[in-house]
Amino acid sequence: MKTQLPDKGGHFGPFGGCYAPETLMGLLLDLEKEFHKIRRDQKFRREFEFYLKEYAGRPTNLYLAKRLSAYLKTLKVYLKREDLLHTGAHKINNTLGQILVARRMGKTRIIAETGAGQHGVATATAAALFGLKCVIYMGSKDVRRQSLNVFRMKLLGAEVIPVESGSRTLKDAMNEAVRDWVTNVRDTFYIIGSVAGFHPYPVMVRTFQSVIGQEARRQFLSKEGRLPNYLVACVGGGSNAMGLFHAFYKDQSVKMIGVEAAGHGLHTHAHAATLMKGQVGVLHGSKSMLLQDKDGQVQMAHSVAAGLDYPGVGPEHAYYQKIGRAQYVAIDDKQAIAGLKLLARTEGIIPALETAHAIAYLEKLARRVRGKASVIVCLSGRGDKDMGQISQLI
Amino acid sequence: MNRIDQTFQQLRRQKKKAFIAFISAGDPDLKTTYDLVLALEKAGADIIELGVPFSDPMADGPTIQASSMRALHKGASLKKILDLVKRLRLKTQISLCLMTYYNIIFHHGEKKFVQDAKACGVDGVIVPDLPAQEAKTLRKAAQIANLATIFFVAPTTSNKRIKPIAQASKGFIYYISLTGVTGARQSLPSTITADLKRIKKVTDKPVCVGFGVSTSLQVKAINRVADGVIVGSAIVRKIEENSSRNCLIENVAKYVKSLVTLCHCEGTK
Repeated sequence: MKTQLPDKGGHFGPFGGCYAPETLMGLLLDLEKEFHKIRRDQKFRREFEFYLKEYAGRPTNLYLAKRLSAYLKTLKVYLKREDLLHTGAHKINNTLGQILVARRMGKTRIIAETGAGQHGVATATAAALFGLKCVIYMGSKDVRRQSLNVFRMKLLGAEVIPVESGSRTLKDAMNEAVRDWVTNVRDTFYIIGSVAGFHPYPVMVRTFQSVIGQEARRQFLSKEGRLPNYLVACVGGGSNAMGLFHAFYKDQSVKMIGVEAAGHGLHTHAHAATLMKGQVGVLHGSKSMLLQDKDGQVQMAHSVAAGLDYPGVGPEHAYYQKIGRAQYVAIDDKQAIAGLKLLARTEGIIPALETAHAIAYLEKLARRVRGKASVIVCLSGRGDKDMGQISQLI
Repeated sequence: MNRIDQTFQQLRRQKKKAFIAFISAGDPDLKTTYDLVLALEKAGADIIELGVPFSDPMADGPTIQASSMRALHKGASLKKILDLVKRLRLKTQISLCLMTYYNIIFHHGEKKFVQDAKACGVDGVIVPDLPAQEAKTLRKAAQIANLATIFFVAPTTSNKRIKPIAQASKGFIYYISLTGVTGARQSLPSTITADLKRIKKVTDKPVCVGFGVSTSLQVKAINRVADGVIVGSAIVRKIEENSSRNCLIENVAKYVKSLVTLCHCEGTK
C-alpha cells in the first residue's frame, strides 16, 4: 500500500476535501501550489530542519520508561518526548513549518486558533522569531482554564482575542479565526494547529508533524532491532497522533491506537469522542466525523483537556478508522488525571492533560495484550500549563 | 422554468433590478417569518432568501450569527423551515431560496434535500461553504429537479475560476462585494464595478451583489452595474430592533420598501 493520499482535491477516501467560502478559495489554491513546491525544495527542507534542530530542539528522545513498564507488567513503553521541545509540545514542529511557508508567500500577519493554548504559544513563538504580527483566537472558557498560556502568548507579543460565541472553546475560536481570515485574506496567513481544516491543511500539518514518527521509527529500530507492536497517541484534532502514525502506515504489524476524550463518559453528551460517537459531517472545511445532533447542528464537546475539547477530528483519522488501519478508544476525565499522576510518580514526568489520556489508556492496553508487547507513546506535551487547573481538580 | 429565472426575465423586460431580501428563518419565530415573507413581497422584494440556521456560521458576521442562535434556541430546523415554505406556497408565488451551511444539507442527505426542498416549493439554494468543485452531487440532483444552485464569486476569485462558477450557477451568480463576513458596512470597496465587468465578460447570467449592503446610496451604486442587490444583515438588524414590538412587520416592511423603491427606479435609467 503506497500512501498517495490525499488525492488532488484533498480527499482521504470519502473524507477531507475543501469546503471553503469562495473568498478563501484563491488563497487555498495558491497555498496548495506553494506546498507542493516546498515538498520538493531542498532549500526549504534545509531551512525547516535547521529550525527544528537548532531552535526547537530536535530530535527528541525516545525514552524507555522502565518504572512505568514495570508497573504495567506486560508493556515495554517508550515515550517519544515531544514535551521536551521548545514551548513544551509537538505544536512547534508545525508552526515553524507553516511560518516558513507564510514568509515565502509574502504574508505579514499571522492568525491562529488555540484550545489548550499550546498551538497559540507555538504560533506566537514562531511569529516572534520572524518578527511577524500575530493574533490568536481562543474561546473565553479556555482563556480561563489555560490562563498561564494566555500570559505566555501576550509576553511573546501576540494579541489574544477571547471568543464569546457558541461553546466558547476551540471550535468557536476556529470560527472566529476563519472570519478574520476571510476579512484579511490578502496579507494574513492562517496557521491551523491540527490535521484538520480546508485542504491543503490536513496534509500540510501531517507533513510537518510526521517528523515525530520518522524519528521514532528510526530510534526504535536502532534500540530494539525491530518495529514496535503498538503506537498510542491522544486525538483531539489529531496532529500529534498523525505525526506519529504516518511514518508507520505501511508497517502492517504495527497497531495504531488513537485515544479520544470521553469527558464525563461516553454514555453522556459531555465528551469529545468524535470518531467513536460521531457521524460523518462537514465542519471547518473538511468532511470527517463530527459530533452533531439529529438536525446536523454541531454539538458541544467536553473534555477536561482543552486541547481535546473539539467536536471534529482530522479527516485522515476518519479514513484510518474506516479502513481499519487505526483503532480509536476513549479515556474519561478522571482516568486521564489518574494517568497524569501515574506518569508523574513512576517516571518523574508530568504530561499535559491531553497527553495524559494516552498514558491512561496504557493500563487498559496492558490488560489486553497477551504475553509481552512494545509500545511507543507520543508524549505530545508537558503539563506545566495545566497546574492551575489540576490543583483545583485534585 | 424556475421561478427565479422567470423573476429575472420579468425584471429585464421592465428594465428593473432585483431586490433580494435575506432573513433568518425562525428569528424571532417561524410564525413571524411567515408573516414577514408575505410583507416583504408586498413591500416589493423580488426574491427572498431564508436562512436555515447553523450552529457554526463561519461566513457570517455578528448580526446574522446572533439571529441564527436566536432561531436555533426557538427550535428552528430545516424540516420546520421546509414546512413553512410549503405553507407559504399556498399564499405566494415569490421566488424563495434557502441559504444554509453545507452540513445541514449533507446531514439531511443531498438528494433528499433537493427532493424535499423542491416538493415544498423552494426555488434555489445558496451554500456559503460549498464551492462548486465540492458540489457535484448536489448540483446533479438539483439540475434534475430544476432547483437553482447559486454559487459565489468573490473579489479574490481568479478569472480562471469565474467561468466554472458561472457555469455551475443557476438562477443568478452571487457576487460578494468585499473580503469579509456578512454584516452592514458604511462603505463598500470600489472594486465592485471592475469585478462585475470581469464576470459579465464570461456569462450573461444575472449577477447580484451582497455582503455589507445597507444604505440606499449603496443600493443605487450597485445597481448601476449589477442585476440586483442582496440585503441581509441590515434587515435582520431591523427585525432584532423591533422584535419586542407589535409593529415589527410594519417597521421592517417600511424599511425594505424604502430600499426597494430605490432599487427598482434605479434600473429604469
